[in-house]
Parts: sequence; structure tokens; C-alpha cells
Amino acid sequence: MGYKASFKVWRGDDKDGGLHDFLVEVNEGEVVLDIIHRLQATQAPDLAVRWNCKAGKCGSCSAEINGRPRLLCMTRMSTFTEDETITVTPMRTFPVIKDLVTDVSFNYQKAREIPSFAPPPGVQPGDYRMQQVDVERSQEFRKCIECFLCQNTCHVVRDHEENKQNFAGPRFLMRVAELEMHPLDAEDRVSAAQEAHGLGMCNITKCCTEVCPEHIKITDNALIPLKERVADRKYDPLFAVASLFRRKR
Amino acid sequence: MTVTPGAPGRARIEARTLRTDRWWLAPLVTFTGLMIFIIYGTVRAFQNANYWVPQYHYLAPFYSPCLSAVCEPGSSHFGQWFPDLGPLVTPPLFVLPFVLGFRLTCYYYRKAYYRAFWLSPPACAVAEPHAKYSGETRFPLIMQNIHRYFFYAAIPVALVLTWDTVIAFHGKDGGFGIGLGTLIMVVNVSLIWAYTVSCHSCRHIMGGKLTHFSKHPVRYWLWQQVSKFNGKHMQLAWASLISVGLTDLYVSLVAGGAISDLRIFN
Repeated sequence: MGYKASFKVWRGDDKDGGLHDFLVEVNEGEVVLDIIHRLQATQAPDLAVRWNCKAGKCGSCSAEINGRPRLLCMTRMSTFTEDETITVTPMRTFPVIKDLVTDVSFNYQKAREIPSFAPPPGVQPGDYRMQQVDVERSQEFRKCIECFLCQNTCHVVRDHEENKQNFAGPRFLMRVAELEMHPLDAEDRVSAAQEAHGLGMCNITKCCTEVCPEHIKITDNALIPLKERVADRKYDPLFAVASLFRRKR
Repeated sequence: MTVTPGAPGRARIEARTLRTDRWWLAPLVTFTGLMIFIIYGTVRAFQNANYWVPQYHYLAPFYSPCLSAVCEPGSSHFGQWFPDLGPLVTPPLFVLPFVLGFRLTCYYYRKAYYRAFWLSPPACAVAEPHAKYSGETRFPLIMQNIHRYFFYAAIPVALVLTWDTVIAFHGKDGGFGIGLGTLIMVVNVSLIWAYTVSCHSCRHIMGGKLTHFSKHPVRYWLWQQVSKFNGKHMQLAWASLISVGLTDLYVSLVAGGAISDLRIFN
């Protein structure tokens, strides 16, 4: 059975904007993105929203629903009561372009700052040989759909714009961890994680993990292991001595 | 004040958060729970009484190991290393720094108190009240990186608590015996070990630092086992905190004569 739902949708651009009220039809089985599309079709034809797959795999429709960073296409209307007013706003960490569409180029800049996979000298692409057991840990991180909800919710940059320059954010620290754990990567990722990508800024409050639509355990499996590797290198003299005698990792 | 609303180009939303759920509940529960423990622990640490039950060999975990010359006769299982330094320097003060250090630098507790006490952030997508943020890059928070040393110290502490539990199988007439206190101590030491083993530094040391699991099958197996515990680190942190408090309370009540131990055997 359908019903009329109250929506507040943020509309505006980088100069001005505000929440606009809408009363819109909702049918069984729909998600918030369906309602946004209905608004476009019936009441606000110029409402801007970025979307693509509508299946939680492209990472395009990131926004904030009732203040919580979510994918519009993966938020079922059935999770709200019929008398609840649903507020939809753009991601607050990134500059807004129009309505629900934000400029996420900060993330592309951070991606470019991470040196790509670097195999050991003399090993050609056709010669890569890895055991499954060695790569499966970092395969979890490959599930990332780059929705940037973790980047958006991380308070290091969400609440402190000035930190954007020195902090890569959870998505890209996870990328650093992925490469650091890669059995064939020869680049020094540990020093770069702390000094260039701002790992020390992370206070492991786990919001990145909470909002990840792919349920990647970003904090436990990427950020904390990376912090421990930094501790090996910078804060643990015992490991420094032991590393003189260690076998290959 | 937070810089969010005025940041260049961002959507102009003045509200600190638009969350409509009870986001404040989790930090409030955390704050309350930790405060209860801190207050109880402080009172007990300076009470310097009611921690040893000689007839059943129950030693309260807050006073274990009891290493001071002022410890009650029979309660110092590992010697009396420190002289009597006055009423303000009670036996727990020699061990508590290591135990507290392990919890304070623990990756889970950091999350808990950064959120509940320092509001950084109080909850996800709720703006924090601080103008500046430097994370764990400066003193004193850069010291969080020595968590592994407190993990090393936590292992002998857990071994001592294990010994305390073993000798708590002590009957009234001197032989084998089991009381409710013994069972409480068994549960407590099990949770302490589970919490200690589930530590992120332990997970790293066991095998997390490796990039070639295939070359280290034993360490890989250990890492897998620790990872199972590590997935429950938050639950184990709370369970062990509550259990150590309740065990201490039970022993103190029995030692003080407020209640008598329920004996199951001898």
C-alpha cells in the first residue's frame, strides 16, 4: 500500500541553499533514490542527484539521510515510519555543486598522491606468483566501491577543513594498507602512511567502518594494522633490533 | 566551534547534526559505565582493606599481585618488593599503572573515550566541539603508539591472576574446595585472557605484520585464531572490565564479612 511521505531535501549550490519540503508518494519496496526520482518526475524536474547502478555497486548516490551518510539506492523506505519526515542532504564534507551532487575531486587528488603498485626490481608482470593466502587479506579492501561515505563521515576532515591537505582519509589509508600488505609490493608504504598521508590524525573512532556499505572492516583490518606497522618502525626499538635478524616477511 | 558550516563550497547547513536517532545514547552509556568503574576503582585502590580471604585464598584482583610490605599476611604470593611508603601509597598503585595503561591505550577504549569523554566525535556525522584537531600526532596522544608494551605487561598480570584463581580452589580445612568466589574468579580470569589475547597489538605480533602468510604457517594459524577473538574485542573489553569489578566487589564483601561465601565443595 502506498502512502504520502514528508521529505525535506536540501537544494542549492555552493553559495546558498536550504531544506525544501515535499510531500511525495511512496510505494512498497521502494528505496530513497526511487523517491528522489519521483520528485524529479513530478515536482522538482531540476533537482540534481548523481546516480548510476541503483544496486549499491557504483558508489554514485552517496548522500546523508536523516543526517546519516548512506547510499540513496540502498536505503529502504520500509526502514522509516510513515509519519516520519525524511531529510536528504548532500555529503557535508565536500563542496556542493548543485542540490545533492557534490564535488568529490578531493578524493581523486588523494588517490593520485599514493604511488601505484611497485613490484620488486627484475620481476615482470607475467612473472608475478602469489599464494592465495597471501593476497586474500587485502582482497577485502578491493570490495571498495569508492562511494566516499567513509571520507565524508571521517571527522578529521568533516569537522576540520584545514586537515584536508595533510590527511588522505580512511579510503586512501586503506589503499596504502592494501599495498603495504601486498606480497609483491616493494615500495616503502609505512613511512609514507604516517608522514605523507596523515595516519597519525586517525583516532580510530570507527565511523568509516560504520558507514561502509560494503561492510569492509576499515579500522580493524586496514588502519590499525597500518598503525601497528608504523609503531614497529617508529616507536618500538625492540622491533628495530629484531628486524636486524628477521627472516623475510 | 567547528568549522563545518563555513568551509568553502560546502552545503550551507547550520545544524550540528541532522541525525534523528538516539546517537547520544552510546556515548552516554560508555561515559556512565567508565565513570562507575573509575570511581569504584579509585575508592578500592585507596581503601587498603578487605582484599584477602585467608580461609579460601581469595585475593581481590585490584590487589593482585600484592607486592607491598603492608599487604595482609598470606596475600603476597610473589613476595613483598616494596616497603611501606605510607597510607597514600597502597599496594594497587604498584600494578595499576600497567593494567590501566593497557586499557587506556587499547584501540577499543581509545574509540570509547574519544567519543564519550572528548566528543571527538561524539557520534558519526555529529560535529565535534573542538576548533583544532591533531589526532594522535602530538604528545600526549602520540604515546598511544606504545600500546604493545602495555600488552607485554598485561601477560604477566594475567598469569598472576591465573595463579590467584588456581589457589582459590582452597577448602576451609586446607584441602581442595570450591566456592562461588572460585567460580567467579575462573570466569574473570577467562575473560581477562580473552580480552588480552584479542588485543590488536597481539594480533599484529602473532602474524599481522607479515606479508607472506604462506611462508609462516604457524604464525598464520595464530593470527587466524587471534583474529577470531579480535573481532569481539569491544565485547571482551566490556565483559572483562565488568567481571574484574564484580570479582573485586565479591571478594571485598566476603573479606569484609558483609556476606559469606557460598560454598559448593568444602
